[in-house]
Amino acid sequence: MSGKNRTVADIVAVCQEMYEDLNFNYARKWKAAQAGRKVIGFLPVYSPLEIIHAAGCLPLGIFGGGDAMEVIHGDAYYQSYICRIPRSTIELGVTNRLDFVDGMVFPFVCDVIRNLSGMWKIMFPNVWSKFFDTPQNFDSSIGGTYYVQELKEFKEGLEHVTGRTISDDDIRRSTKLYNENRRLVREVYAFRAKQPWLAPTSEVYVLMRAGLMMDVEEHNQMLKDYMAAAAAEDRPKRDNVRIAIFGSFCEQPPLNLIKSIEMAGCYIVDDDYSLNNRFLTVDVPTDGDPLEALSETYLKHSVETSCKYVPVEEDKGKFHIAAVKASGAEGVIYATPSFCDPALLDRPMVCHRLSDAGIPYIAFKYAENSGQMQPIREQAGTFADSIKLWS
Amino acid sequence: MSKPEAIKEASMEMQKQMIARNYDAITSKHETGRKVSSTFVPGNLNELLMCFDIVNNLPEINAIQAGMRKASGGYIMEAEKTGHSEDVCTYVKCDIGQMTKGNIAPNGKPYPNPDVLMLSYTGCYTFMKWFELLREEYKCPTLMLHVPYEGDGHSTQNMRDYIVKQLKEVVIPGLEQVSGVKFDIDRLRQYLRASAKAEDDLVWCLEQGKKKPSPIDAYFGGVYYIGPIFTAFRGTEDAVKYYEMLRAEVQGRIENHQGPLTPEGTYFNDQKYRLIVEGPPNWTNFREFWKMFYDEGAIVVASSYTKVGGLYDRGFRHDPDNPLESLADYCLGCYTNLNLPTRVDLLAEYVEEYEADGLLINSIKSCNSFSAGQLMIMKEVERKTGRPGAFIETDLVDPRYFSAANVKNRLESYFQMIEQKRRGGGSKTVAA
Repeated sequence: MSGKNRTVADIVAVCQEMYEDLNFNYARKWKAAQAGRKVIGFLPVYSPLEIIHAAGCLPLGIFGGGDAMEVIHGDAYYQSYICRIPRSTIELGVTNRLDFVDGMVFPFVCDVIRNLSGMWKIMFPNVWSKFFDTPQNFDSSIGGTYYVQELKEFKEGLEHVTGRTISDDDIRRSTKLYNENRRLVREVYAFRAKQPWLAPTSEVYVLMRAGLMMDVEEHNQMLKDYMAAAAAEDRPKRDNVRIAIFGSFCEQPPLNLIKSIEMAGCYIVDDDYSLNNRFLTVDVPTDGDPLEALSETYLKHSVETSCKYVPVEEDKGKFHIAAVKASGAEGVIYATPSFCDPALLDRPMVCHRLSDAGIPYIAFKYAENSGQMQPIREQAGTFADSIKLWS
Repeated sequence: MSKPEAIKEASMEMQKQMIARNYDAITSKHETGRKVSSTFVPGNLNELLMCFDIVNNLPEINAIQAGMRKASGGYIMEAEKTGHSEDVCTYVKCDIGQMTKGNIAPNGKPYPNPDVLMLSYTGCYTFMKWFELLREEYKCPTLMLHVPYEGDGHSTQNMRDYIVKQLKEVVIPGLEQVSGVKFDIDRLRQYLRASAKAEDDLVWCLEQGKKKPSPIDAYFGGVYYIGPIFTAFRGTEDAVKYYEMLRAEVQGRIENHQGPLTPEGTYFNDQKYRLIVEGPPNWTNFREFWKMFYDEGAIVVASSYTKVGGLYDRGFRHDPDNPLESLADYCLGCYTNLNLPTRVDLLAEYVEEYEADGLLINSIKSCNSFSAGQLMIMKEVERKTGRPGAFIETDLVDPRYFSAANVKNRLESYFQMIEQKRRGGGSKTVAA
């Protein structure tokens, strides 16, 4: 699928197709291509994909069903006041769209995803399902000791699924590939922040989503190809404002919502969409113990997001303010899924800090199947105008 | 016209006095010089706090108090006005709204600012954000104790070691610093010994729900029975005495073949339906809610809410010989820290052990920790036991989400379904 002369349109078409494919045909074909291959699904926000890759498995990002899937069975499992991602994930499961998946990882995000891990055990007893609990204590000797052992148990679970031993060198090799992936992702983000008219977020978003569903080496090549192709595009620079999106780290907005924000006069220059590939902010060391390296990087060099405790009160929101400054954003749209405890409980705190730092913001809620974009366009457009006029 | 005063047993009066003394201890901290901590019910480290002479204030309980006094609705709306979402936990919003309204304790005196936020993060994500929010207001030290979730249905040595290490290296030094009191592990052992004694009596009382008629109501009465152990009194001699008194009362009812005392002062002897209830109660309309049950002859013989502060009936006891490890095990084993399959198994066991007619779920809008997955819990428990389940929806302390007519209708349908089942009608179970 890679090629030096691919255009932006070619690359985006491939990504868009993967993004829209709720039968996960790429992953099915990947699995069928070689006997014994396994696919491990993972939900937002963070899982150590290196270890899944080191086990010879394809990590497959499961971000719910989006706006294209009608949820029929999934609604029977949840009350009206629960967000949509667990119900559409269940819909994917009960409609056999995930029948080829050998394991599911439910990282710590909130109580809903946490409880979904147990529901999966009941519904799909033959699928290895793992609740992956990252530490909230960030001291190497306390949270780190705990986390290294959790990573060992995670590795052992995958060994059980695959029937193969995962060596330290296997993890190191995979870590190198994921380091490259993270570096390239950061480069794409920096490229977009610098010239957002060349890399609209409606493209970057599907590029990232597809990357969480495909082989990492293939995605690495694709990221390079995209940057080369995008840099060669002749796209006009518009009189848009530059905004950052926060609060969208778990249930994802429909692509039309992203497009609507852009059409309303906003360049999205930073975001926390499908955060997995940016969760660790530096390279994971590839010398020494690979699990300790993963642990230390998580403890010391990972993003601030709502599912992580911020130990020092003064640090709350610092990450967001730094991200706004680094990306040159002029304002923030705090866009969060309805009924999302982490984002909604964090919202007043993060927004206070933005306000204190003189960063304008607006906030609204969405669902992955939100259909009415006119209010979003109006709100984002008004926000853009207000920044142009008064900031 | 105001409702008549609820008739209370001696143990309830004793508990009321204990709670009143604790509120007085909290609100008089400036006079006494005692330090005050805020903390949560699940994973409550009361014995440890007592080792530092720290008074234990529980925002969840304050929210319940506000709910029962019909004050919570106003507090919640106050918090929503300041940017807190209508979607999130109403305990949090009640607490925050109360702050903006003078933060008055039930004794009429203002709550002082806490000296430490003891963030025992057990079984509920919201706890973490709640105390991040309070920390912004109070600017006091926050001690985080991360209790991993039992995702695979059991705790591990790694989880236990992690908690013990946090206790040794974060919580205890932090409490020493706040209080100026040096930690004495023998003092902790002494409190844990008292805890275990009270826990024995609590378990005895809860297990009497197996009798017919049941001398207890394990939900509406149960919230009183668990009060001292789940809050600021576990490890105290007061709690030991309370549970001795409670046990004697329950024993007396057994001897007289009596059911529990209702708030109207009558013994609930005519028990037609025996229920297991999952989920917390509604607090804003607590008596009205309770009355819907006893008016229909429904007694709750066991509940999961009485396990949020520990599953003592499954054998756990605080252990003075392994004090910190025992606190770790306690935190790990609280009900909402158990995975869904474990919760299903526990509830199905209760249905069988307590010879219940079925499982009723009171699903709470505010509480995803409890509520997410409850529809599956109901189906699974029905499947395992062959007895019908039912589902009602209310909230903790937001009166906007208590619809009496709706709840009553569903309960009546459920009782009809149980009747039908008893008559042998209907081959399959359907949720109300």
